[in-house]
Amino acid sequence: MNKPLPDPVPASTEEAQVRWAAEYAAQIGTDTPVHNRSGIPIRPLYTPLDVDPARFDADVGFPGQPPYTRGIYATMHRGRTWTQRQLIGLGTPSAYNERLRDILDQGATAVSLIPCNSVFRGYDMDEVDAELLGTCGVVVDSADHMATCLDGVDLATTSCAMNDPSPFTLLAFMLAAAQRRGVDRRAISGTSNQSDYLSHFVANHMFFRLALPGARRVLVDHIAWCNEHLPRWNPLSVVGQHMQQAGATPAEAMAFTLASALQYADDCVAAGMSPDAFLPRFTFFFDISISLFEEVAKFRAGRRIWARVTRERYGARDPRSWRFKFHGQTSGVDLTRQQPLNNIARVTVQAIAGIFGGLQSLHTDAYDEALSCPTQFGARIAVATQNILREEAHLTDVIDPLGGSYYVETLTDDMEAKILAIMAEVEAAGGMYRAVESGLVQRRIGDSAMRHQARIDAGDQTIVGVNAYRVDEDAGARPALAKPDPAVMRAHLHDFARWKACRPAGTVAKALSNLARSAQGDGGNVFGEVVAAAEAGCTHGEICATLRRELGFGHPLVVV
Amino acid sequence: MDIRPKVLVTKIGLDGHDRGSRIVAAHLRDAGMEVIYTPPWQEIAAVVKLALEEDVDVIGVSSLATDHLIVPKLMAALRAAGLQDIAVIVGGIVPDEDEQALLDAGVARVFHPGTPLDEISAFVAQAAARVRAARFPA
Repeated sequence: MNKPLPDPVPASTEEAQVRWAAEYAAQIGTDTPVHNRSGIPIRPLYTPLDVDPARFDADVGFPGQPPYTRGIYATMHRGRTWTQRQLIGLGTPSAYNERLRDILDQGATAVSLIPCNSVFRGYDMDEVDAELLGTCGVVVDSADHMATCLDGVDLATTSCAMNDPSPFTLLAFMLAAAQRRGVDRRAISGTSNQSDYLSHFVANHMFFRLALPGARRVLVDHIAWCNEHLPRWNPLSVVGQHMQQAGATPAEAMAFTLASALQYADDCVAAGMSPDAFLPRFTFFFDISISLFEEVAKFRAGRRIWARVTRERYGARDPRSWRFKFHGQTSGVDLTRQQPLNNIARVTVQAIAGIFGGLQSLHTDAYDEALSCPTQFGARIAVATQNILREEAHLTDVIDPLGGSYYVETLTDDMEAKILAIMAEVEAAGGMYRAVESGLVQRRIGDSAMRHQARIDAGDQTIVGVNAYRVDEDAGARPALAKPDPAVMRAHLHDFARWKACRPAGTVAKALSNLARSAQGDGGNVFGEVVAAAEAGCTHGEICATLRRELGFGHPLVVV
Repeated sequence: MDIRPKVLVTKIGLDGHDRGSRIVAAHLRDAGMEVIYTPPWQEIAAVVKLALEEDVDVIGVSSLATDHLIVPKLMAALRAAGLQDIAVIVGGIVPDEDEQALLDAGVARVFHPGTPLDEISAFVAQAAARVRAARFPA
């Protein structure tokens, strides 16, 4: 008889842990400390000793049940997968419409619209350098343009996300287009994607902004008007994406986003709205970096905090008020110009992080975003990436598949603590409005951006093809980039000038003067007057100019 | 005379993505240069005026969303103001097929994403030295 082998099962978890720790220390030598982007120390191993099983019901629980750590719906992606919502914007309205139909044919299930930077800046196309028109978004300045953009799209059944900063003219144009087609505005669904004016002051200066007090007022009016007239529209999308792209760590981005949402909710309450009337229509929009586990933990922690704060701070009773609905976009900052096809791998990892994080809708970046506005070729691969992850890799089979991982549960707790600490800092500064006004948020994000760049420059953070694994590349091998045809854009400009001249001048002037009076505080709803102005044939530039005059322009609050 | 290079870091046109311009501006300042930083959306005429009044050696233009297409207009405006000796560099997302047009218009260098900051500051220092040498021959 052979001597029986020693029992491989240790006497206790604690004993095994001690044995492992000793072996680990002996073999690794000097252990280099590892931190994630949010600055949280990452240990080499997580075990049952890291999680308290007694906290499962309160902190983790089940999908569709507060605190929604595992997802906001009982069925999550198994019931309904995320919405495939690719951002597109291109040239003229008819060119946009062509690309939109192509993307819908490829499997996208919802519409998004990125307007030209001229629109973002509050101008009509005849007010800016013509060289720039349509180079990274569609030139849409009127209800007619919008009708062309959305030609053939069923507005009663297709969810439309408008990249539409205050004063929300794109939504107003869409409503006017729907009205002409006889579509009931109560059936219109989608999101005002750039309604978070605070984020535009903090991190992304590409959007038209009214001065802070005016922006604050127009947003509250917009939320109130949409609540009354558009039951299927989400008037507010609170955007962490800008801040993370500008350099905020994942924890900072989540904290500042939640703090912004609290500011907007406070403002709605102050305007006399009931929390359960507006909170169900708050949505969120986040960047998804390549730091996979950190991103998953960020989203799980964010859901948990929102579920708690909506009840504790606002007394919300409707479960829809507690649910943290979010759209995710893979991170452009992580993409490289060097060896650009590598970006397909990066986007895949980022998308997995978002899917495991429980997102409701997803945009995957095209691999060529670091080279230019994406080509059609690149955009198709981005859509295919989502199709592969969903249907070939079966990422939707199990809800919250990383839930219960000792690491992910611990990291979720750690991220939550970090996020809450930053939120407390903002609260102490008087809330997000004040913290942005004073530059606190901008300074913090700027510092984080510098730290991240310093880590890359020092080689502490590898970026393949940039600071490691470089290869000689043949620049000529890259596909040609799509550019708007100058002749087509000139024709668009010409048509616009002719159309403007033919409008009934009295109707336009009256609508703009009504808008000005509402901005002066005649008791009318400013956004309601924007909708009326769009219907009356006013242009985007005219509406923005009127509000800029009455409420002031939002100059950058830049801190260097 | 201050011997430090004097650099104007700015954005012209419509876009406001300013992470890159802020990082580069801070780096050049840390590298010992005198940096004048503007918010985005500058008018070309305003940039020319600032360059003239501040007597800068180098202008760095950051472009992330096609604003590089109007850099040739900036170059023409600088020439018209007699400031053709200023070295203009462009950083950000510039498609390969557009780069030559910028160089032909007189841009000294285009820096693409992923460029180490030290490479940028070294180039700016050399460019500034050349500009100074031409302005004040020994």
